[in-house]
Amino acid sequence: MTEASVGLRVTRAGPLALLQDAGRFGVRRLGVTQGGPVDLHGWAWANHLVGNAWGAPALEVTFGGLELTAERGLVLAVAGADLSATLDGQPLPGWRALFVERGQQLAFGSPVNGLRAYLAVAGGFAAAPVLGSVACVAREGLGGHDGQGHRLAEGDGLRVTPRRAAVGRTAPRDDAEIDYRRPAELALLPGAQIAEFSGESLFQAFNASWRVDDRADRMGVRLTGPTLQCRMTSMISEGISLGAVQVPPDGQPIALLNDRQTIGGYPRLGALTPLACSRLAQCLPGQEVRLNAAATESALEAYRRFRGGFA
Amino acid sequence: MSGVFPPGLPRLESAGLDGWMVRLFDAIDEANMPWLTALVRDCEKAFGDQLVDLVPSYTTLLVTFDPLRLSPGEARKRLIERLQWLQPDEEPADAPVKELPVWYDPAVGPELSRLAELAGMSLEEVVAGHSERTYRVFALGFAPGFAFMGSVDARLEAPRLATPRRRVPAGSVAVTGQQTAAYPAVTPGGWNLIGRTPAVLFDRDREGFSLFQVGDRVRFVPIDRAEFERRGGDTRPMEEER
Repeated sequence: MTEASVGLRVTRAGPLALLQDAGRFGVRRLGVTQGGPVDLHGWAWANHLVGNAWGAPALEVTFGGLELTAERGLVLAVAGADLSATLDGQPLPGWRALFVERGQQLAFGSPVNGLRAYLAVAGGFAAAPVLGSVACVAREGLGGHDGQGHRLAEGDGLRVTPRRAAVGRTAPRDDAEIDYRRPAELALLPGAQIAEFSGESLFQAFNASWRVDDRADRMGVRLTGPTLQCRMTSMISEGISLGAVQVPPDGQPIALLNDRQTIGGYPRLGALTPLACSRLAQCLPGQEVRLNAAATESALEAYRRFRGGFA
Repeated sequence: MSGVFPPGLPRLESAGLDGWMVRLFDAIDEANMPWLTALVRDCEKAFGDQLVDLVPSYTTLLVTFDPLRLSPGEARKRLIERLQWLQPDEEPADAPVKELPVWYDPAVGPELSRLAELAGMSLEEVVAGHSERTYRVFALGFAPGFAFMGSVDARLEAPRLATPRRRVPAGSVAVTGQQTAAYPAVTPGGWNLIGRTPAVLFDRDREGFSLFQVGDRVRFVPIDRAEFERRGGDTRPMEEER
């Protein structure tokens, strides 16, 4: 195995770029959040395109603005959102493994389609795991390229363990040509306190169109629309799963994502499927989304099919 | 196990593609905890490496498993089987109690006097009321290693601050309603601060990471400023916020 060395240097940080592996598991009972890529789909593809095994750390670039200089030759791929990335000023094709030479400059602009791009390098970014994971959670000061939960800053060197990899590998159209700007159809598995919501509210939940609020981050995405009413206003705090859709007393649902708190006390409609979470993570504020009640069997089949491609 | 649980419980509720919520009780009670800690261990055995995470909390246990290797239906079957044979952990009278040293002082516990006023007690009586009982850890959450403990002496119950602080210093010991806790790291917070512990509540380099686990018994032990400093406590008073 080649030794890790700085492969990419940050020349401009942009608003938010974080190193993420699959997430931090086994410690949620201690109040430690899951972390990991909010768009699992884009992250998995970026890694897959450069031949990395499931779980390799990749960069999650939110909104763009990040600029990097290659300090050695390496194979990389960008998947997920189109943030108008360029290589030495020329448009960089997404969803494709390509070779970048030492000295070349990779720059993310602003969102064209989607919100978060994932950058993977062949061999993976190297960082010391914290509590078993390099997933970067700023709030907890855990993980990331420096182990302290910091977002990328100008001057940071990203260490890589380079490995030879084929260039030119691409993703199939169904994956690579997602139009994240279209209204998102989100599969929700009903459960939890769904029976405590009024019939009218349940009708609205699954028939109204919702808008992504400004209050949207890696912890959760607030949706605005009709006011949902629940007989319960608060509960004794209990564990919260990925994608749980909670409804605080203001009646506006919040879908909880990777950096959510581990326990909470608002009633919930159920949980979005992992792929629905991925899709929601690519929505910008103001975008339209719909909640669709889904059956466990079909959701499980879709998830296993997705994961099966990344063995 | 009939008769122990409220009507209709225990119950399994869907918690997404990879989880089940096991609801055992419907009210906060110390007597819930030996059942929850027993179920945590049972699930570790029953699921082995198909287990992803367990989150026990007051009345429930969230079980998260690997959906690639286990379907929700299979996981449900396994949980029902375990629930049928569930026995609470034994609770000997001399069960270990973890001691948390606390410097109770208005310099680091600005709401000490508020509690005294609300309760019509002296500061010393508030400290005694808080430190003379053994608490149980009901849940961890909010931040890594943040343990929700109860139950606080009814005379010391106080509502949250109207405006939460943006920065609560690490080690701050606090109460709200019937609950008490210590802040492992600097975070925002709206609880009433009554003192500070020099203990490190969450340490990434320590075996087990968190000083407290769900189900633990905890006692707060008053120490003076000198002892607090000797143990490496941070004596800086609260910053003024506006």
